[in-house]
Amino acid sequence: MPTEAQEQAPAPVHVDHLIVDGELAVENAWCVSFDENALPEQLPAFVPLALWRKHADDEELAPLLTSDTELTAALGEELARAKAIAIDFPAFTDGRGYSLARLLRERYGYQGELRAVGDVLVDQLDYMRRCGFDAMALRDDQDPADALRALSAFSVSYQSDVHQRSALFERRLAETH
Amino acid sequence: MYRYDIHDQTLVDERVAQFRDQMERYQAGKLGEEEFRPLRLQNGLYIQRHAPMLRIAIPYGMLAGHQLKALAEITRRYDRGYGHFTTRQNLQLNWPALEDVPDILAELAKVQMHAIQTSGNCIRNTTSDQFAGIAKDEVEDPRPWCELIRQWSTLHPEFAYLPRKFKIAVSGAAHDRAAIQVHDIGLRLWRNDEGELRVKVLAGGGLGRTPMIAETVREDLPWQHLLTYLEACVRVYNQFGRRDNKFKARIKILVKALGVEEYRRRVDEEWAHLKDGPQTLTQAAVDDAKRHFPEPERRPVADSAIDAFEALRQENRAFARFVTNNVTDHKVPGYKAVTLSLKRREHAPGDVTADQMDAVAELADRYGFGEIRVTHEQNLVLSDVPVDEIEALWQELEALGMANPTVGTLNDIICCPGGDYCSLANAVSIPIAQALQERFEDLDFLYDLGPIDLNISGCMNACGHHHVGHIGILGVDKKGEEYYQISIGGNATDDTSLGKILGPSFFREDVPGVVEKVLEVYVAERHEDERFLDTYRRIGLKPFKERVYAH
Repeated sequence: MPTEAQEQAPAPVHVDHLIVDGELAVENAWCVSFDENALPEQLPAFVPLALWRKHADDEELAPLLTSDTELTAALGEELARAKAIAIDFPAFTDGRGYSLARLLRERYGYQGELRAVGDVLVDQLDYMRRCGFDAMALRDDQDPADALRALSAFSVSYQSDVHQRSALFERRLAETH
Repeated sequence: MYRYDIHDQTLVDERVAQFRDQMERYQAGKLGEEEFRPLRLQNGLYIQRHAPMLRIAIPYGMLAGHQLKALAEITRRYDRGYGHFTTRQNLQLNWPALEDVPDILAELAKVQMHAIQTSGNCIRNTTSDQFAGIAKDEVEDPRPWCELIRQWSTLHPEFAYLPRKFKIAVSGAAHDRAAIQVHDIGLRLWRNDEGELRVKVLAGGGLGRTPMIAETVREDLPWQHLLTYLEACVRVYNQFGRRDNKFKARIKILVKALGVEEYRRRVDEEWAHLKDGPQTLTQAAVDDAKRHFPEPERRPVADSAIDAFEALRQENRAFARFVTNNVTDHKVPGYKAVTLSLKRREHAPGDVTADQMDAVAELADRYGFGEIRVTHEQNLVLSDVPVDEIEALWQELEALGMANPTVGTLNDIICCPGGDYCSLANAVSIPIAQALQERFEDLDFLYDLGPIDLNISGCMNACGHHHVGHIGILGVDKKGEEYYQISIGGNATDDTSLGKILGPSFFREDVPGVVEKVLEVYVAERHEDERFLDTYRRIGLKPFKERVYAH
């Protein structure tokens, strides 16, 4: 019989296919746990903020941000010490994680790994990359070959983003002068 | 016209390849229905009642003649030889085959067109004033600004999965012809006392099932900050807009729930970090955008030609009717903008056949510097016609069935595709438009009524903008039966207002009779030269209600 705590919190998730810096990672050691009360048995793990704070010195823990996280300045600064941060996509149609990633990179200068977890599908990856994710844990049914191809679908973009710090109109002007 | 450079072309070509790959994965069963849905929608592809529907983007309503010809060819080859212009200045194909869509997109890319973000929960095609660049009351040509917004919003990495769709409209004239108060964001370009360009930013307007008029977020944004400010506006919406209920997910609900002060505070807080950063506009950037919209090389028109035009107008009653209704004054003396009516009984409002598209493209080459504009009222415009060529153009339009001299009258109905095509619709709308056009076809009667906007939507999604019609008709479904709710007093221009519902809805066959009664009240009650809208505003709903529901 499962305990009450196990019933409340879903089991830790571990996916096979992880893309890091545009390449398929050899392995994915980290699991994702949503249980706010107890550490998962399997470590290292991304765990809810409160739990991460409680075990501040544990090298095998990193914070998991839910998509409704309100990224205040205090939180943005606190997260600087995290060795990696996972941002959850509870549904692939939930676009809040893109803004969270950009804010962490562009506003709070976060330098560590930023990992997209949850409902992470092939056709979101390029937007994720441009918003500052350098790691994407693919939903289990996604084909990693399709994922790598999707990441190189575009060679040009109009806006500035985390990697390309000027908009196309700015680059065009620079070309002609 | 904006012309693509290598970067624009590369992006559109790569988008076609991306969609082809997505379609192949969908057909191979690797992409499920749910996963494919936003991908196809963001390429304009709906799955509809009879067939897929493809919505092609016409950025801020500007089309080149050669593009219209390519569209004609596409409708012949891949569809049934006609297309439908929408209230958001786009073109819809009603009968493409699903598997052909990547090829259609590839054909579009060859003429610098696409269907990117014409649907889905993202920033849609930016719309504007059909008389941009030529209007007498213009303060600033909105087209270069629309183009900058188009580029900023196209494949924006952060805003592809917003809570709901997001529509931006831009006006640069004293008189708003872009319905900016009923858009998610409405922008008005204006100049302050020092002659500096400023942008008024409105947010939270919209139609649909909860119609709202937009609130002013910022009165006087310096133009340099347009894109960073928009980014802040949309980012706040992306983070805080509701995602638990699609009917409460538009930005209007957020602005209403927070209050405009709080929404503004959050936007300003966000913007403080973005201001003066990347995407801040410079004079050089704006000049570069303006370079694409030069004044055409208009030949001088002699004063005698202007006199002859006025004389013809006095002599020829049919010509006079056309000029009064379908011809608009131009900022350059001797030139006029001519509206081609797409409202005639034989076709659904906004529908054009492939042959007509070809013919219009040729007319544009001969009379209008090769450019055509699509209007929010679902008509077409040739924007630069010398007065000494208007008579010849009028005769050619007569032959094409596009000279119906009813622009701006009751007969110039805005109408969505409705239940004949759309799977969302509760009721048909095109047959209602046709029945009304049949009932009210007497020109003298129409002219006597003066300007009346009659808008029809087949469901509460309000694609036919019924809330802002002086007379609005909404199709509703009651236990499988089609009924029609009629409202009056809506308005889409400067003094925007939302219509009020007359009362219980009507059977389809009773709609023309009810509209007639509404008009009778107006004719009986109006003061001299008073518009329908003004009479309504003066006397209120009650007299209309009493007449319509009298036994």
